[in-house]
Amino acid sequence: MKRLRALPGTLFERHEITAEPDVFRARQAVGRAMDALGAKVIRKTRLVTAVSEIFRNALIYGGSAVVRIYCDAEDRMVWVDCSDNGPGIADMTLAMSDGYTSGRGLGRGLGGAKRLADEFEIVSEPGVGTQVRLAGRA
Amino acid sequence: MVDEIMLVAIDEDINDSDIVALQDHLAEEVHANDAQGIVIDISALEIVDTFVGRIIAQLAGIGILLDAPTYLVGMRPAVAMTLVELGMTLPSVKTARNLQHAVTRLRASR
Ligand SMILES: Nc1ncnc2c1ncn2[C@@H]1O[C@H](COP(=O)(O)OP(=O)(O)OP(=O)(O)O)[C@@H](O)[C@H]1O
Ligand SMILES: [Mg+2]
Repeated sequence: MKRLRALPGTLFERHEITAEPDVFRARQAVGRAMDALGAKVIRKTRLVTAVSEIFRNALIYGGSAVVRIYCDAEDRMVWVDCSDNGPGIADMTLAMSDGYTSGRGLGRGLGGAKRLADEFEIVSEPGVGTQVRLAGRA
Repeated sequence: MVDEIMLVAIDEDINDSDIVALQDHLAEEVHANDAQGIVIDISALEIVDTFVGRIIAQLAGIGILLDAPTYLVGMRPAVAMTLVELGMTLPSVKTARNLQHAVTRLRASR
Protein backbone atom coordinates (compact mmCIF):
# COMPACT_ATOMS: atom_id res chain seq x y z
CA MET A 1 0.00 0.00 0.00
CA LYS A 2 1.17 3.49 -0.84
CA ARG A 3 1.81 5.24 2.48
CA LEU A 4 1.29 8.94 3.03
CA ARG A 5 4.34 11.17 3.46
CA ALA A 6 5.73 12.14 6.88
CA LEU A 7 3.72 14.61 8.92
CA PRO A 8 4.86 18.18 9.54
CA GLY A 9 5.53 19.52 13.03
CA THR A 10 6.62 17.68 16.15
CA LEU A 11 5.17 14.50 17.63
CA PHE A 12 2.74 15.43 20.40
CA GLU A 13 1.50 11.98 21.45
CA ARG A 14 1.25 8.44 20.13
CA HIS A 15 -1.67 6.19 21.06
CA GLU A 16 -2.67 2.63 20.37
CA ILE A 17 -6.32 1.88 19.86
CA THR A 18 -7.20 -1.67 20.77
CA ALA A 19 -10.42 -1.21 22.76
CA GLU A 20 -13.26 1.29 23.06
CA PRO A 21 -11.84 3.41 25.92
CA ASP A 22 -8.79 4.06 23.72
CA VAL A 23 -11.00 5.93 21.24
CA PHE A 24 -11.91 8.35 24.02
CA ARG A 25 -8.31 8.66 25.29
CA ALA A 26 -6.85 9.28 21.84
CA ARG A 27 -9.43 11.90 20.91
CA GLN A 28 -8.89 13.67 24.25
CA ALA A 29 -5.19 13.86 23.32
CA VAL A 30 -6.12 15.51 20.01
CA GLY A 31 -8.14 18.04 22.03
CA ARG A 32 -5.08 18.75 24.22
CA ALA A 33 -2.96 19.28 21.12
CA MET A 34 -5.49 21.83 19.87
CA ASP A 35 -5.47 23.50 23.30
CA ALA A 36 -1.67 23.64 23.17
CA LEU A 37 -1.98 25.71 20.00
CA GLY A 38 -4.64 27.92 21.57
CA ALA A 39 -7.47 26.68 19.35
CA LYS A 40 -10.95 28.18 19.53
CA VAL A 41 -13.68 25.88 20.87
CA ILE A 42 -15.37 25.43 17.50
CA ARG A 43 -12.12 24.45 15.75
CA LYS A 44 -11.22 22.02 18.50
CA THR A 45 -14.73 20.52 18.44
CA ARG A 46 -14.59 20.02 14.67
CA LEU A 47 -11.27 18.18 14.70
CA VAL A 48 -12.01 16.11 17.80
CA THR A 49 -15.34 15.02 16.29
CA ALA A 50 -13.66 14.13 12.99
CA VAL A 51 -10.94 12.03 14.63
CA SER A 52 -13.52 10.33 16.84
CA GLU A 53 -15.20 9.01 13.66
CA ILE A 54 -11.89 7.85 12.23
CA PHE A 55 -10.64 6.21 15.45
CA ARG A 56 -13.90 4.33 15.95
CA ASN A 57 -13.87 3.12 12.35
CA ALA A 58 -10.28 1.94 12.79
CA LEU A 59 -11.28 -0.04 15.89
CA ILE A 60 -14.54 -1.48 14.54
CA TYR A 61 -13.50 -2.28 10.98
CA GLY A 62 -9.69 -2.32 11.27
CA GLY A 63 -9.51 -4.20 14.57
CA SER A 64 -6.86 -1.93 16.08
CA ALA A 65 -4.84 1.12 15.09
CA VAL A 66 -1.88 3.33 15.85
CA VAL A 67 -2.52 7.06 16.18
CA ARG A 68 0.14 9.74 15.90
CA ILE A 69 -0.63 13.35 16.74
CA TYR A 70 1.61 16.16 15.53
CA CYS A 71 1.60 19.84 16.41
CA ASP A 72 2.77 22.28 13.77
CA ALA A 73 3.17 25.50 15.77
CA GLU A 74 4.31 27.46 12.73
CA ASP A 75 1.17 26.75 10.66
CA ARG A 76 -0.98 26.37 13.82
CA MET A 77 -2.20 22.97 12.64
CA VAL A 78 -2.75 19.70 14.46
CA TRP A 79 -2.10 16.69 12.23
CA VAL A 80 -3.39 13.23 13.04
CA ASP A 81 -2.41 9.96 11.43
CA CYS A 82 -4.49 6.84 12.11
CA SER A 83 -3.23 3.59 10.61
CA ASP A 84 -4.69 0.12 10.86
CA ASN A 85 -3.78 -3.26 9.41
CA GLY A 86 -7.37 -4.34 8.91
CA PRO A 87 -9.24 -5.59 5.83
CA GLY A 88 -9.02 -2.26 4.01
CA ILE A 89 -11.63 -0.57 1.85
CA ALA A 90 -12.26 -2.00 -1.62
CA ASP A 91 -14.53 0.74 -2.95
CA MET A 92 -13.43 4.10 -1.55
CA THR A 93 -16.04 6.14 -3.44
CA LEU A 94 -18.79 4.02 -1.95
CA ALA A 95 -17.30 4.11 1.57
CA MET A 96 -16.96 7.89 1.48
CA SER A 97 -20.53 8.49 0.40
CA ASP A 98 -23.02 9.56 3.06
CA GLY A 99 -25.40 6.82 4.03
CA TYR A 100 -23.23 3.85 3.10
CA THR A 101 -22.42 1.46 5.92
CA SER A 102 -21.28 -2.15 5.84
CA GLY A 103 -22.15 -2.44 9.52
CA ARG A 104 -24.82 -1.05 11.81
CA GLY A 105 -23.82 2.60 11.50
CA LEU A 106 -25.38 5.55 9.77
CA GLY A 107 -22.65 5.69 7.16
CA ARG A 108 -21.95 9.32 7.91
CA GLY A 109 -18.60 9.04 9.67
CA LEU A 110 -16.15 9.24 6.76
CA GLY A 111 -17.96 11.94 4.80
CA GLY A 112 -18.57 13.90 7.99
CA ALA A 113 -14.93 13.65 9.09
CA LYS A 114 -13.81 14.94 5.70
CA ARG A 115 -16.12 17.94 5.96
CA LEU A 116 -15.09 18.70 9.54
CA ALA A 117 -11.33 18.51 8.97
CA ASP A 118 -9.30 21.18 7.19
CA GLU A 119 -7.13 18.51 5.56
CA PHE A 120 -8.19 14.95 4.84
CA GLU A 121 -6.50 12.10 3.01
CA ILE A 122 -7.25 8.39 3.05
CA VAL A 123 -5.41 5.49 1.46
CA SER A 124 -6.39 1.86 1.73
CA GLU A 125 -5.64 -1.49 0.24
CA PRO A 126 -7.78 -4.59 0.66
CA GLY A 127 -6.02 -7.09 2.90
CA VAL A 128 -3.35 -4.58 3.93
CA GLY A 129 -5.01 -1.80 5.86
CA THR A 130 -6.19 1.78 5.94
CA GLN A 131 -4.37 5.00 6.68
CA VAL A 132 -6.22 8.23 7.37
CA ARG A 133 -4.50 11.55 7.73
CA LEU A 134 -6.42 14.58 8.86
CA ALA A 135 -5.67 18.01 10.21
CA GLY A 136 -7.36 20.98 11.82
CA ARG A 137 -6.30 24.56 12.01
CA ALA A 138 -6.16 25.92 15.58
CA MET B 1 -36.52 11.75 38.39
CA VAL B 2 -37.94 15.24 38.65
CA ASP B 3 -41.64 14.65 39.41
CA GLU B 4 -42.70 12.34 36.60
CA ILE B 5 -39.97 13.32 34.23
CA MET B 6 -37.03 10.98 33.62
CA LEU B 7 -33.68 12.67 33.50
CA VAL B 8 -30.85 10.84 31.72
CA ALA B 9 -27.36 12.29 31.60
CA ILE B 10 -24.95 10.95 29.00
CA ASP B 11 -21.30 10.61 30.00
CA GLU B 12 -18.51 11.70 27.75
CA ASP B 13 -16.88 8.29 27.65
CA ILE B 14 -20.06 6.28 27.09
CA ASN B 15 -19.29 3.12 25.17
CA ASP B 16 -20.97 0.27 23.37
CA SER B 17 -21.34 -1.91 26.46
CA ASP B 18 -23.23 0.84 28.36
CA ILE B 19 -25.91 1.31 25.72
CA VAL B 20 -28.16 -1.67 26.30
CA ALA B 21 -28.12 -1.08 30.07
CA LEU B 22 -29.00 2.57 29.55
CA GLN B 23 -31.86 1.74 27.17
CA ASP B 24 -33.15 -0.93 29.51
CA HIS B 25 -32.98 1.38 32.53
CA LEU B 26 -34.78 4.14 30.65
CA ALA B 27 -37.58 1.93 29.38
CA GLU B 28 -38.14 0.28 32.76
CA GLU B 29 -38.15 3.56 34.67
CA VAL B 30 -40.48 5.31 32.25
CA HIS B 31 -42.89 2.43 32.56
CA ALA B 32 -42.61 1.92 36.34
CA ASN B 33 -42.98 5.61 37.18
CA ASP B 34 -45.49 6.44 34.47
CA ALA B 35 -43.16 9.20 33.32
CA GLN B 36 -44.66 12.06 31.30
CA GLY B 37 -41.47 12.67 29.46
CA ILE B 38 -37.76 12.15 29.18
CA VAL B 39 -35.00 14.72 29.31
CA ILE B 40 -31.59 13.72 27.97
CA ASP B 41 -28.83 15.93 29.32
CA ILE B 42 -25.77 16.19 27.10
CA SER B 43 -24.11 19.15 28.81
CA ALA B 44 -21.13 16.96 29.75
CA LEU B 45 -20.40 16.22 26.09
CA GLU B 46 -17.68 18.25 24.41
CA ILE B 47 -18.40 16.45 21.17
CA VAL B 48 -21.23 14.37 19.73
CA ASP B 49 -20.13 12.01 16.97
CA THR B 50 -22.29 9.63 14.92
CA PHE B 51 -21.92 6.99 17.62
CA VAL B 52 -23.40 9.16 20.39
CA GLY B 53 -25.87 10.72 17.95
CA ARG B 54 -27.22 7.26 17.28
CA ILE B 55 -27.56 6.56 21.01
CA ILE B 56 -29.55 9.78 21.48
CA ALA B 57 -31.83 8.89 18.58
CA GLN B 58 -32.38 5.39 20.01
CA LEU B 59 -33.28 6.71 23.46
CA ALA B 60 -35.71 9.19 21.93
CA GLY B 61 -37.18 6.36 19.86
CA ILE B 62 -37.89 4.39 23.02
CA GLY B 63 -39.54 7.49 24.47
CA ILE B 64 -41.82 7.87 21.47
CA LEU B 65 -42.88 4.23 21.61
CA LEU B 66 -43.65 4.54 25.32
CA ASP B 67 -45.58 7.79 24.83
CA ALA B 68 -42.96 9.81 26.71
CA PRO B 69 -41.87 12.79 24.61
CA THR B 70 -38.13 13.32 24.75
CA TYR B 71 -36.21 16.58 25.06
CA LEU B 72 -32.50 17.05 24.62
CA VAL B 73 -30.88 19.69 26.81
CA GLY B 74 -27.39 21.07 27.29
CA MET B 75 -26.20 20.99 23.70
CA ARG B 76 -23.14 23.20 23.27
CA PRO B 77 -23.18 25.58 20.30
CA ALA B 78 -20.12 23.97 18.73
CA VAL B 79 -21.80 20.57 19.01
CA ALA B 80 -24.88 21.84 17.15
CA MET B 81 -22.63 23.05 14.34
CA THR B 82 -20.73 19.78 14.01
CA LEU B 83 -23.93 17.72 14.09
CA VAL B 84 -25.21 19.64 11.09
CA GLU B 85 -21.99 18.90 9.19
CA LEU B 86 -22.29 15.24 10.07
CA GLY B 87 -25.80 15.35 8.61
CA MET B 88 -27.27 14.32 11.95
CA THR B 89 -30.06 16.74 12.64
CA LEU B 90 -31.87 14.30 14.95
CA PRO B 91 -35.38 14.90 13.59
CA SER B 92 -37.04 12.66 16.17
CA VAL B 93 -35.60 14.61 19.09
CA LYS B 94 -36.90 17.89 20.47
CA THR B 95 -34.38 20.29 21.89
CA ALA B 96 -34.76 22.73 24.78
CA ARG B 97 -32.30 25.36 25.95
CA ASN B 98 -32.16 23.98 29.48
CA LEU B 99 -33.82 21.59 31.90
CA GLN B 100 -36.34 24.16 33.13
CA HIS B 101 -37.58 24.88 29.59
CA ALA B 102 -37.87 21.19 28.87
CA VAL B 103 -39.87 20.54 32.04
CA THR B 104 -42.20 23.46 31.34
CA ARG B 105 -42.90 22.23 27.84
CA LEU B 106 -43.43 18.65 28.94
CA ARG B 107 -45.92 19.76 31.59
CA ALA B 108 -47.71 21.99 29.08
CA SER B 109 -48.04 19.13 26.62
CA ARG B 110 -50.09 17.05 29.02
N1 LIG C 1 -10.60 1.66 8.84
C1 LIG C 1 -11.46 1.01 8.06
N2 LIG C 1 -11.20 -0.25 7.61
C2 LIG C 1 -12.07 -0.91 6.80
N3 LIG C 1 -13.26 -0.42 6.41
C3 LIG C 1 -13.58 0.82 6.83
C4 LIG C 1 -12.72 1.59 7.66
N4 LIG C 1 -13.32 2.79 7.89
C5 LIG C 1 -14.50 2.77 7.23
N5 LIG C 1 -14.67 1.58 6.60
C6 LIG C 1 -15.81 1.21 5.72
O1 LIG C 1 -16.45 2.38 5.27
C7 LIG C 1 -17.84 2.35 5.62
C8 LIG C 1 -18.33 3.76 5.85
O2 LIG C 1 -17.71 4.30 7.03
P1 LIG C 1 -18.46 5.45 7.84
O3 LIG C 1 -17.65 5.81 9.03
O4 LIG C 1 -18.80 6.54 6.88
O5 LIG C 1 -19.82 4.78 8.26
P2 LIG C 1 -20.10 3.70 9.43
O6 LIG C 1 -18.92 3.57 10.32
O7 LIG C 1 -20.58 2.47 8.78
O8 LIG C 1 -21.29 4.40 10.22
P3 LIG C 1 -21.20 5.70 11.18
O9 LIG C 1 -19.79 6.18 11.17
O10 LIG C 1 -22.15 6.70 10.59
O11 LIG C 1 -21.64 5.23 12.53
C9 LIG C 1 -17.92 1.43 6.81
O12 LIG C 1 -19.20 0.88 6.97
C10 LIG C 1 -16.86 0.38 6.46
O13 LIG C 1 -17.38 -0.56 5.55
MG1 LIG D 1 -17.96 5.24 11.14
